[in-house]
Amino acid sequence: MEILLQQIINGLVQGSVYALVALGYTMVYGILGLINFAHGEVVMVGAMLALSALTALLGWGVPPLLALPISLILAMLGCMVLGYGIERIAYRPLRHAPRLAPLITAIGVSIVLQNLAMMVWGRQYHAFPQLIANQPHLIGGAIINDIQIIIFIMALAIMAGLMVVVHRTRLGRAMRAVAENQHAAQLMGVDINRVISITFMLGSALAAVAGLMVSANYGLAHYYMGFLLGLKAFTAAVLGGIGNLRGAMLGGLLLGLIESLGAGYIGDMTGGFLGSHYQDVFAFFVLIAVLVFRPSGLLGERIAERA
Amino acid sequence: MAHEANLPPLLEVRNLQVAYGGIHAVKGIDLHIWAGELVALIGSNGAGKTTMLKTLAGLLHPAGGQIKYDGNNLNDVAAHRRVAMGMALVPEGRGVFARLTVAENLLMGAYSRNDRHKIATDLERMYALFPRLAERRGQLAGTLSGGEQQMVAMARALMSHPRLLMLDEPSMGLAPLMVQKIFETIRDIAALGMSILLVEQNAKLALQTAKRGYVMESGAITLSGASGELLGSDAVQSAYLGG
Repeated sequence: MEILLQQIINGLVQGSVYALVALGYTMVYGILGLINFAHGEVVMVGAMLALSALTALLGWGVPPLLALPISLILAMLGCMVLGYGIERIAYRPLRHAPRLAPLITAIGVSIVLQNLAMMVWGRQYHAFPQLIANQPHLIGGAIINDIQIIIFIMALAIMAGLMVVVHRTRLGRAMRAVAENQHAAQLMGVDINRVISITFMLGSALAAVAGLMVSANYGLAHYYMGFLLGLKAFTAAVLGGIGNLRGAMLGGLLLGLIESLGAGYIGDMTGGFLGSHYQDVFAFFVLIAVLVFRPSGLLGERIAERA
Repeated sequence: MAHEANLPPLLEVRNLQVAYGGIHAVKGIDLHIWAGELVALIGSNGAGKTTMLKTLAGLLHPAGGQIKYDGNNLNDVAAHRRVAMGMALVPEGRGVFARLTVAENLLMGAYSRNDRHKIATDLERMYALFPRLAERRGQLAGTLSGGEQQMVAMARALMSHPRLLMLDEPSMGLAPLMVQKIFETIRDIAALGMSILLVEQNAKLALQTAKRGYVMESGAITLSGASGELLGSDAVQSAYLGG
């Protein structure tokens, strides 16, 4: 019972991070029909930027509780610039190219970013400084620590904020309009290039938050960390129904739970033959199962347009 | 017609040429609309009418010629900027945002306005003009009937406060009763002094609604004049009105 609860807690925390990253994939897909495979690297750059900023600020004697939010904001700004640049340089020139071209470009951007990060930050793992006491709390025999609580609450708050922006503001309305019909949106006076840029920047800001969360949770950051995380978040987006914001959030949380419960019980299920290090397999089982049985994802249903 | 001789037309198109998908769809068109005028552009399917309107709205780029609107050369003005200048196009097939509510669709129409405090008043005005939409303001536009979607598309265009309203086949796919209703509204809007360019395959209805008309065939204007004259002309009679 304690194990079940513990795995649920771990799964929800990890899942809320997946959800933040999945939102970035799904927003861009919704508006451009493009899988931005470089998005995982934006998460990595966010983690690295935050870590560098944090190290520098702490070195200057800035108190940790001030240094952390400043680093987060700097990482978000850095990633927004990066996201804007990726769209402007790599994707915009291919807006009307066959769909395969931007997809291959996305993989190329991903490789470029990984290698740039390796040149800047090196190949080694960077330890994330211990900033807060990170008290563990016991709930029904399971342990949840401060950082996990902060990650989960912050992720939920950010997602709620994003939903308000998308569903209650003029900008959000324009984003949904562009996602649905670019020509009609232009006829309303929407500068679609601007809306697309803003979408990339929003997604990248979420990625930066997620990057900081992952590295704070595991205490590590690495130039390669974005690859697997990105693939899993993409899986989460597909699971929820790519292009659907609620789907990305649901898919992220579900994937976190599936992975965590799978890792917790895979030993029992296989009589000890497979261990919890097979955790990553579950995400991709899910991806394959969704693509085979429900390619539109859990919430990916569309309203038919009438003539 | 009583136009001040020293005022240029609101819209003036000169020798406009558009190539679209490898086809020379518009081949040197001259057309003008005076402020406050309701003008019909008729022609058969594939004559280039929609291409022409898309080019006026800025969705397509001319291969040659000039579009002047309110004294400005529009050739290099992006589509979204033309809305703020007072041009609105209700596209063929309506182009409503199916996954936005009726109210959100109308608010999208007001996107480029800067007098945002007046938007709420205008929304109510639209609901008065189209009471059916008032009942369905919270409903997703994709769930409406074709006629209701046409109302959304027109109301949405009007929300931008256009000086020139361009309508592409507003009668297409609608039941006769709904067509009547839509055209009544077009006449009402025109009576308020708005300039309207009405593109229609239904030549009779369009010419009965407009004061003046152009006939377009394979990318060129073949006839133009007062609606009454066009309705009476043998060419229009035989080509569009079934003898």
